[in-house]
Amino acid sequence: MNALVIAALLLVLLTVSYQVGWSRSRKLADGKDTRLHSRPIYHGALAALFALLPAIVILGLWALFSQSVTNSFILAQLPAEVAQQQPFEVQAAVSRVQAIASGYGVIGEPTPMETAAASAYASFQQLSFLGVIAAAAALGAVGLFWAQRRIAPRLRARTEVEIFVRLALIACSTVAILTTLGIVLSLLSDALRFFSFISPLDFFFGTTWNPRFQSTGSGSAGEYGLLPLLWGTVMISIIAMLVAVPIGLMSAIYLSQYAHARVRSVVKPIIEILAGIPTIVYGFFALVTVGPFLSGLGDVIGINIRATSALTAGVVMGIMIIPFISSLSDDILGQVPRTMRDGSLGLGATQSETIRKVLLPAALPGVVGAVLLAVSRAIGETMIVVLAAGNSPVLRANPAEPTSTVTVSIVNQLTGDADFTSPQSLVAFALGLTLFAMTLLLNVLALYIVRKFREQYE
Amino acid sequence: MDVLAGKVKVTSKTLDQTMNPAELMDHPIRLSARDVTVHYGEKQALHGISIDIPDRAVTAFIGPSGCGKSTFLRCINRMNDTIEGAKVGGKIELDGEDIYSADLDVVELRARVGMVFQKPNPFPKSIYDNVAYGPRIHGLAKSKADLDEIVISSLRKAGLFEEVKDRLAEPGTGLSGGQQQRLCIARAIAVGPEVILMDEPCSALDPIATAIIEELIDELRENYTIVIVTHSMQQAARVSQKTAFFHLGNLIEHGDTEDIFTNPVNKQTQDYIMGRIG
Repeated sequence: MNALVIAALLLVLLTVSYQVGWSRSRKLADGKDTRLHSRPIYHGALAALFALLPAIVILGLWALFSQSVTNSFILAQLPAEVAQQQPFEVQAAVSRVQAIASGYGVIGEPTPMETAAASAYASFQQLSFLGVIAAAAALGAVGLFWAQRRIAPRLRARTEVEIFVRLALIACSTVAILTTLGIVLSLLSDALRFFSFISPLDFFFGTTWNPRFQSTGSGSAGEYGLLPLLWGTVMISIIAMLVAVPIGLMSAIYLSQYAHARVRSVVKPIIEILAGIPTIVYGFFALVTVGPFLSGLGDVIGINIRATSALTAGVVMGIMIIPFISSLSDDILGQVPRTMRDGSLGLGATQSETIRKVLLPAALPGVVGAVLLAVSRAIGETMIVVLAAGNSPVLRANPAEPTSTVTVSIVNQLTGDADFTSPQSLVAFALGLTLFAMTLLLNVLALYIVRKFREQYE
Repeated sequence: MDVLAGKVKVTSKTLDQTMNPAELMDHPIRLSARDVTVHYGEKQALHGISIDIPDRAVTAFIGPSGCGKSTFLRCINRMNDTIEGAKVGGKIELDGEDIYSADLDVVELRARVGMVFQKPNPFPKSIYDNVAYGPRIHGLAKSKADLDEIVISSLRKAGLFEEVKDRLAEPGTGLSGGQQQRLCIARAIAVGPEVILMDEPCSALDPIATAIIEELIDELRENYTIVIVTHSMQQAARVSQKTAFFHLGNLIEHGDTEDIFTNPVNKQTQDYIMGRIG
């Protein structure tokens, strides 16, 4: 209901102010649009901005502060000793009142005091909402009035609207950057708290991963050597790449160079479906099909391969990454100018010679970029590894043995009751930070290489 | 009529350096096409082209954009094969051998019929490797010294060697447009072709680079059969001995360049040369 009223208010403001700006500028133009600096639609848009922005600012401020204002209002209705309690008890009391006011009801019989507070709160809520709506409408009207007074033939409405559009675009891109920054900072602060328990040297160069949970009562903080996890991550990523790069690249070459348009239009979407399968489903596939198959294969050729191992996880992850590599490589091969291909064919090179000697070398930097992006994908992959790698964080060179990765350990440390004060939970942030740094580095490298590639042809 | 005056002046000035018709008689027919048609999907691009192209002379294909001259050129080394949906009919013979017959190896054909494209398209490799590309694929050099020899002589023939001899290891894409086009000509020559096809080789070049390429074409005709597509009538007049005029997928008229430019038989040819269509 409230949202509907707000939407209606904004819509009315928008329509009215746009119409006012538009028609007033038209009238000033006196039938000769050329007298205006900006076309009437820009005057309309500018008037709408002047009316809407103040209203939106008021509504935004209300959204920001209404929570704390209502809280203190409800507290003021309740006896003074309620406010003296622990913060979570205070919050519970406030929530009770709000629940009664909303009519959803609460557990137990509400006290008369609570009922009184609830009815006071309900009327306060109604009143404050009306007040805010009125304020927004009034400010909107003031904005509109001012905007329509400003309208003159030489008013640079188009320029002003465009400045606003640019600011809006900048704001949107800032959101993405700020989010990244926020994630890094929150990771960093918790990771630093972890390093106050465990020295970074022990973390980055330790070879044993054994984070005993306090509930086991051993009392010791456990050992947090990153190396076994890092090695597991690297090993699985390498196996995944050994599977994905050749298959992905070959299918990209087939699709972009050999396949008939009709074949291509069928095969390409099918390959891309692979990318849409949830990773947990890949996990089942690894656990139920690929693991036992590899294990059986090992028996046949006389090697002991465990069903859950780095190999199983790596192979399935490789399959998951195939569409990633084939799709990117296909685009990159498609970007190599056709004239390059014609030049080689015109010299009497066969199609495969052309691909090997001209297209691939020309596309190589781009393909390398695609592979690096895929690697960072592999490093961050979690579900397949949780299910298929065997969760054994021990430093082992043999890929046929179980292993564990950085991501799996984060899951292990944070599932269950995590209290965020012990190194057992905080280590997850240090691991997350490590992971973030690795993938960031790979992505930057990949983007740099891809950009280098682009410069060659443009 | 002013347009006509300008054009006629150019042609009459340049016709002196072309061979006289009697001299042309000594040149046997190298390529002969009979009733060549090309379809791109449903659309017919060429309607029965028949023409004979003489050895060791320059034949120019002229005509307005979309008239089929480039399409016909690409039939001669079967580059149309690489375009999906293109279908070629009729018969083209190179030295009496049908190039569309099933026994013919298209790779071998393209080694004999080199091609230079509209836009210079050096590979993103060094100047040396660009020229050595063809000889390497076809195994033309037995040793490194052999290959060096082929590369240097090809660059010489393309008139580029003096300009690039100190930087053979630098990327071919770093050269100027005109130099790149000469590099592409050297690359085509290095395979040892008999015929060189040029698809508007100067359309992306400035007048000075164009003049250098034209001079080069004139030198090359002593050893190669050259077919050049051009949209510039002045260029056709300057470099060619034979000219063929295409319009809307038809070969309207062909003959000695001098005759086509001074005394066209067909009304459409006349109109085009006078600048009335195109």
